[in-house]
Amino acid sequence: MTAVLTMIFQYLLLIFLVVCALAVARTRDLLGAVIIFASYSLVMAILWQQLEAPDVAVTEAAIGAGVTSLLFIVVISKTRRME
Amino acid sequence: MEDLILTMIVRLILPFIQIYGYYIIIHGHLSPGGGFPGGAIIGASMILFALAFNLKEGSNKISHDTSTLLESGGAFGFAALGFLGVFMGSNYLSNRAAGFPLGIPGNLISSGMIFLISIFIGVKVASTFITLFFNLVEGKTHD
Repeated sequence: MTAVLTMIFQYLLLIFLVVCALAVARTRDLLGAVIIFASYSLVMAILWQQLEAPDVAVTEAAIGAGVTSLLFIVVISKTRRME
Repeated sequence: MEDLILTMIVRLILPFIQIYGYYIIIHGHLSPGGGFPGGAIIGASMILFALAFNLKEGSNKISHDTSTLLESGGAFGFAALGFLGVFMGSNYLSNRAAGFPLGIPGNLISSGMIFLISIFIGVKVASTFITLFFNLVEGKTHD
């Protein structure tokens, strides 16, 4: 039972990941794209943990969801918001 | 622009973020993590402080000179620790052959110089992120 639930959880996360990746590519609003990319990174961190790579998960959560989004937002504030 | 809710929340959670970063750096050889993720968390906490308050206050906490000094000092410390092994008659970055004591496995002090190297990497990465952010923010605006 637990294994089936874990598998359903992982498939849900993977579907969310694909939808996020497509949405980042298709969004015209760059600030929205950065926010979607941050949620993509957070789900990717959970998936790294599920794949038993906690080291990569910690790095992904700190770099992908934290610092990269901040740097992107700074760049957007320096340039235009709409593509 | 200062928001009361934002500054109060940041003031509450900032110590916990920083202690988590220090924990990840110090326990780098025992648990997942190490110098790079811990340094990134500490750098992100300083960026969060500078964003929630104003940029001037953030650069008062860590000035450009301090950040540059920490960045070069981290890289220099890593290289110097590596050359310690060469001076003791072994290879570059050698651990026990360079005379570092290996404690009981599982203790905090149980890895010789990996502990010190993680600290140097953490300092280097944290100051690199802070420098990156401030250089981006203080640059010119393009349209």
